[in-house]
Amino acid sequence: MNRASLFVPLAAFVVIAGLLYAGFSLNDPHVLPSALIGKPFPAFDLPALGDGSDATHRYTAADVRGPALVNVWATWCPTCRAEHAELLRIHRETGLPIIGVNYKDDSAQARDWLQQLGNPYAFNIVDSDGSLGVDLGVYGAPETFLVDASGTIVYKRVGDVNRSVWESEIKPHVEALQAGASRG
Amino acid sequence: MVEVLRGLRDRVAVVLAIVLVAATCHAAGPAGAIEAFQFDNPEQEARYRALTEELRCPKCLNTNLAGSDAPIAADLRATVHRLILEGQSDQAIRDYLQQRYGDFILYNPPLRPGTVLLWALPAALLLVGVVIIVAMVRRRAGEEASFDDAERARLDALLGDDAVQEKP
Repeated sequence: MNRASLFVPLAAFVVIAGLLYAGFSLNDPHVLPSALIGKPFPAFDLPALGDGSDATHRYTAADVRGPALVNVWATWCPTCRAEHAELLRIHRETGLPIIGVNYKDDSAQARDWLQQLGNPYAFNIVDSDGSLGVDLGVYGAPETFLVDASGTIVYKRVGDVNRSVWESEIKPHVEALQAGASRG
Repeated sequence: MVEVLRGLRDRVAVVLAIVLVAATCHAAGPAGAIEAFQFDNPEQEARYRALTEELRCPKCLNTNLAGSDAPIAADLRATVHRLILEGQSDQAIRDYLQQRYGDFILYNPPLRPGTVLLWALPAALLLVGVVIIVAMVRRRAGEEASFDDAERARLDALLGDDAVQEKP
């Protein structure tokens, strides 16, 4: 028996351990890579929530022009409540417009929520049956998209927007968009 | 008198309980069939079943659309139903969902640079196994044929006269 072949089991162990290490340190399996990055915001024609002076207005994809965040939220979603303060802070401190998609929610409750917690949104679109949600590939609120000036989706966040996500992920994208806009 | 009233109250309570249970059971019947989608023909229904079995629920890691209670799975089942009634082909429906939810929604991932390993590895491992087996069989066959005359004579001697006599 060849002496080198004694090391075959050890080599096999190292290979398998390496693969498992790499496999387990991959991204969170609950987070789907978005299929919509680089694509235009999907077409829609939906009513306003009426949290502002737009009660009878209908919005379409032409109204979604950035740089702006599009935040999919609902009053039944605890994480949305958790991120609400951060959305208020972002809007207050940076002036970045945030467009709300009120996802499969009760509109009256949604208006109450904004009255009580403050309203960071430029306007809110009512997606009562989740059809815009399906077109956006939403599978759980909250989800937040960043769209550029042409209405193209450049970034997507599944889960809450908190200070660290803003600083490390969203802010660099926003700054890149704003830099591009001032150059062009 | 008080006893009579108490007995009456208990009886009324029992009757009310039975009525309530019966009403709940009755309500549970139609509620269970809340997703009784209407199809134009049985072929559409069969396609709906096949597609919801085949497509993966984006919220759950290992459940198909048909088997998931997640609200998003219900929305996507409704979407599949709507697209079937609109006359879309199975492939068009898969593409529609893939454009929105990515490859995750497909249990059958497409062949592309990132998934080559996934598709090629089983075949490669099978090939490695075949090579190993062929090598082992060859080596054994080689061992059997490797008796020289001296070894054969010794083997015959060890096996005794019987073995020699059996030779034709």
